Amino acid sequence: MTLQDTARDETVLRLSGITKRFGALTANDAISFSLAKGEVVALLGENGAGKTTLMNILFGHYTADAGEVEVFGQALPPGQPGAALAAGVGMVHQHFTLADNMTVLENVLLGTGSLWSPGLGKPAARRRLQALSEDFGLRVDPDARVAELSVGERQRVEILKALYRDARVLILDEPTAVLTPQEADALFLTLRRMVAQGLSVIFISHKLHEVMAISSRVLVLRHGKLVGEVATHDTDRHQLATLMVGAEITAPAPAEARPGAVLMRLAGLSTTPQGNRPGLRGIDLDIKAGQILGVAGVSGNGQGALADLVSGVTSPSEGRLEIAGDRVEGWNPRAALAAGIGRIPEDRHRTGTVADFTLTENAVLESYRDAPNARAGWMNWSAARRTTEALIAKYDVRCPGSEARIRLLSGGNMQKLILGRVLEAAPRIILANQPVRGLDIGAVTYVQEQLIAARDAGAAVLLISEDLDEILTLSDVIRVISDGRLSPEFARGEKTPAELGQWMAGQGFDHAA
Amino acid sequence: MRLDPIAAPTPARTLGLPALAILATIALAAALAAIAGANPLETFGLIVKGAVGSKFATLETLNRATPLIFTGLAVATAFRARLWNIGAEAQLYAGALMTVVIGTQLGLPGPLALPLMALGAIVAGALVLLGPVLLKTRLGVDEVVTTLLLNFIMALFISYLLEGPLKDPMGMGWPKSPALPRDARLPRLVEGLRLHWGFALALICALGVWVMQTRTTLGYEIRAVGQNPQAARFAGIPVGRVLIKTALISGGLAALAGFSEVAGLKGNLTSDLSPDFGYTGIIVAMLALLHPLGVVVSALFVAGIFVGSDSMSRAAEVPTYIADILLAAALLFMVLAILLTRYRVVRG
Amino acid sequence: MTEIVDILISASFWAAVLRIASPLIFATMGELICERAGVLNLGIEGIMVIGAFAGWMTVYAGGGLWTGVAVAMLAGMAFGALHGLLTVPFGLSQHVVGLGITLLATASAYYAYRLALPEVTNPPRIAPFEPLHIPGLSDLPWLGEALFSQTALTWAGFACVAAVSLVLYRTPLGLALRAAGENPHAVEAQGLSVGAIRMGAVIVGSGLMAVGGAFLTMSAFSSFFFEMVNGRGWICIALVVFGAWKPGKALLGALLFAGFDALQVRLQQTGMGQVVPYQVFLMIPYLLSILALILMSRRAQVPAALMTPFNRGDR
Repeated sequence: MTLQDTARDETVLRLSGITKRFGALTANDAISFSLAKGEVVALLGENGAGKTTLMNILFGHYTADAGEVEVFGQALPPGQPGAALAAGVGMVHQHFTLADNMTVLENVLLGTGSLWSPGLGKPAARRRLQALSEDFGLRVDPDARVAELSVGERQRVEILKALYRDARVLILDEPTAVLTPQEADALFLTLRRMVAQGLSVIFISHKLHEVMAISSRVLVLRHGKLVGEVATHDTDRHQLATLMVGAEITAPAPAEARPGAVLMRLAGLSTTPQGNRPGLRGIDLDIKAGQILGVAGVSGNGQGALADLVSGVTSPSEGRLEIAGDRVEGWNPRAALAAGIGRIPEDRHRTGTVADFTLTENAVLESYRDAPNARAGWMNWSAARRTTEALIAKYDVRCPGSEARIRLLSGGNMQKLILGRVLEAAPRIILANQPVRGLDIGAVTYVQEQLIAARDAGAAVLLISEDLDEILTLSDVIRVISDGRLSPEFARGEKTPAELGQWMAGQGFDHAA
Repeated sequence: MRLDPIAAPTPARTLGLPALAILATIALAAALAAIAGANPLETFGLIVKGAVGSKFATLETLNRATPLIFTGLAVATAFRARLWNIGAEAQLYAGALMTVVIGTQLGLPGPLALPLMALGAIVAGALVLLGPVLLKTRLGVDEVVTTLLLNFIMALFISYLLEGPLKDPMGMGWPKSPALPRDARLPRLVEGLRLHWGFALALICALGVWVMQTRTTLGYEIRAVGQNPQAARFAGIPVGRVLIKTALISGGLAALAGFSEVAGLKGNLTSDLSPDFGYTGIIVAMLALLHPLGVVVSALFVAGIFVGSDSMSRAAEVPTYIADILLAAALLFMVLAILLTRYRVVRG
Repeated sequence: MTEIVDILISASFWAAVLRIASPLIFATMGELICERAGVLNLGIEGIMVIGAFAGWMTVYAGGGLWTGVAVAMLAGMAFGALHGLLTVPFGLSQHVVGLGITLLATASAYYAYRLALPEVTNPPRIAPFEPLHIPGLSDLPWLGEALFSQTALTWAGFACVAAVSLVLYRTPLGLALRAAGENPHAVEAQGLSVGAIRMGAVIVGSGLMAVGGAFLTMSAFSSFFFEMVNGRGWICIALVVFGAWKPGKALLGALLFAGFDALQVRLQQTGMGQVVPYQVFLMIPYLLSILALILMSRRAQVPAALMTPFNRGDR
């Protein structure tokens, strides 16, 4: 080995035999790998494969049951994010870790230096932060309150936090999930600058094209095991997909839609913004029978407001809401259910289910007052149980039984119960808000096939997703949401992902409006 | 340290830890007695004897438990919906007040007066809690502080009435209300024993609340709102209305404690009618893990501790406040024990 | 109306305002620290009782006044540590634990009082803090009596507000504290311990609450009697909301509140007191607290993670 080789292969990080169990689940099974200076390694795997767990161990959020982490040859004490930071490891979490009530600078300063020092030293820190911003092309106002920043800006703050602490290894957990394709490209540019300056990057993703674009090496995790390690230029998307899932991926290919009548119409409709969440701003939207309408957009651009409106949680502040041609008054969740709207909420843990309720109690959450579940204010639990058991069988919900608490179920099985609850009511309109987020491939395919089947049976499906690939796969027509406004309707295949990305970034609306 | 959920806790854990909490409370009691210079075992003996050692003592305990069952049920019902009703004390007094007003001012015959007194009490108690709940649902004002403050306001209001409009002219200057007529009082359960129908009413209410919680759509709604208001709202449960219904039930139950104390035991209203029955109801409800039938058991236990400690402190040099310390400690030990039946503490 | 004006221009009124505000200031600052870190401390009422008792008892047993304050603070910190232990690492309901701590602390104080003084009917007295004579200022006409006739403990209360304000907004510690109450994940991800920060806040905050209680027995009055805290703790919780979780505004709230309290006591002595029952006057502080909560309900900037336990490893 020549001297030059050792310099190039300088190992900055080494994980050996990392094992982590949560109850009966082995989230990480004896995983070992190392990271060289100036390298981008992609950590690829399905949801639930153990990527985030592994990185949380590396960063010290979790303590591993076995195994060791070494940074620059020094063993890292387990379970201490402070030690990881001091050793030069920085992490950009999927859910941002920023305090909204404080400024960018204050967030960056948090935890740097001694807690007991008498002052914050803001002027010097501001200069240093501005210099870093310029070096890496991460523009952000140091004195802006985080509450007022966009998602993209928040991500830049997260990266700056790591750089401010002289991170030599940067972990990014699904960083593009919240970005437009163009913003993702800008992020990749920043990452390349970092690598050029000798930083190393671990890039967590489940999107193959990103992994192919940014990484030099790919590690594939499946069911908590490291199942593959390949140089990016020696592989292709097909091979990676097979490694990741353990089988060929067959994306559902819906047949041509036969759209029918307009079942729901939003005309000039606005809603009141809530906190940081924008409201809808004068949107027009027709939802037709037998069609999947996909709403694409970057997180936080009014998807929540649209979903809340359609599911009855909020009412319009302006404009008209029509169901089957009739203007709706007194809009609320019960009215939405009565109008034949089935709702799959974005957050199945917080909105879709009651964690400490049984499967039966959760299955009747929307129909507990109706026969046969209840009569004249009295519950008929045996009837409710029978309904639930039929639903469990029909939708293949893997569970200990109808009387088990739903918190014990995996995300996929929880979602199947919600799907069953929605579809058994034979809805004419289905709101599917991020229906497959966080699910493994098997559950993803199942949920998507059920939605297509419901469409083919004549239901109108409103699909809201931040995952552009999902929108492109399933939607018969696409609209883009940006800052509470909707783009014109695009037919399947009419726009390229890059063109849609421009709409997602808010371009084009001014001409359209 | 960190808490890891346990998927299937062993019986040893689910039973052993609460038992350990009780043992810890007993150990604390022993230490407190020892600090006071008394023999712990003798102290325990005196407490038990004072609580259930004689027919008189047992009846005293049952009588003391009666209002605690009502306030315990009031708190348990409200807490189920995560409605933090800390104002059972005020609702109790509101109920007692209506009982006395209807019983002494209207001059109705007994069979008509008693149900009307109970009904009036329920309405008054419900209304007292309605205010804070409307403030919570409409304006988002935290009900903990408002219900707490209402206790003080109600105490002053009662004090004013007892020194003013409602003062007993025959009371020799004492601030107390006129006494209820004989036939407007709750009869004894068994002739000759000092235990009145209020106790039976309390048991019926416990059963009623249990049936309501487990068998009715309202009970289901209350539990859903308490466990996850966001999911409840999404599913079409009218969260605000459910909270208001819960408040009416909870306030009414607390008010029945006042009714039962006045109509069953005291016969009139004084400003020391309740030695913190409302606050103690919180302990009763928590020790019962909010289970309506459990409330009966825990009210009997709490009442026994109070009655026993009163009797013990007359014989030994241990202040009667030992009862309050033990119950507060039992509450804290128990919530910790229950948590640890579901989670294990791990390093890191 | 002239009666009210007479009261407002009397120097003794303003002296009373500062005196009545002092215990509230300490306890409100204590609660504010806890809540800014994300922990609602309903133990406040009981912690004030234990502070009132511990401080008084120390002096009664022969200790110095400042020793009494220190002992009160330590007693408050001990109960704060218990509250913190149960609500921070164990993440138990802050409502239930807080009420439990209030019951426990109150009962402990009463128990200890009865043990120490089994047979007294008239509460014994101690020599309390004397008004501090400030050369020059205290001798000013009117102003001297109105503003500069307070005990050292009152001045310490004002210093405490300045200190809390300074620490909260100008130091790394305050930054960490505010972040812990807003988004604990942000604190954890920057390598700090959310648990340690919250524990520290609850312990220190509880210490201040106890000093507020001690003010009652060692400065305002000179004996300890049951029910003496009388809901002041709950009022302080309302004051924190009224002050929008900011030390300066909370101080203003405490002074405003004390002003109404001092006014109602004096109005009872006037012609109004002949007509209106005294209970109505006594209700005013509680009614005002509820009013304050209602007024601030729409505007308040609640710390986002208040009452949300943080368990390491939950994502």
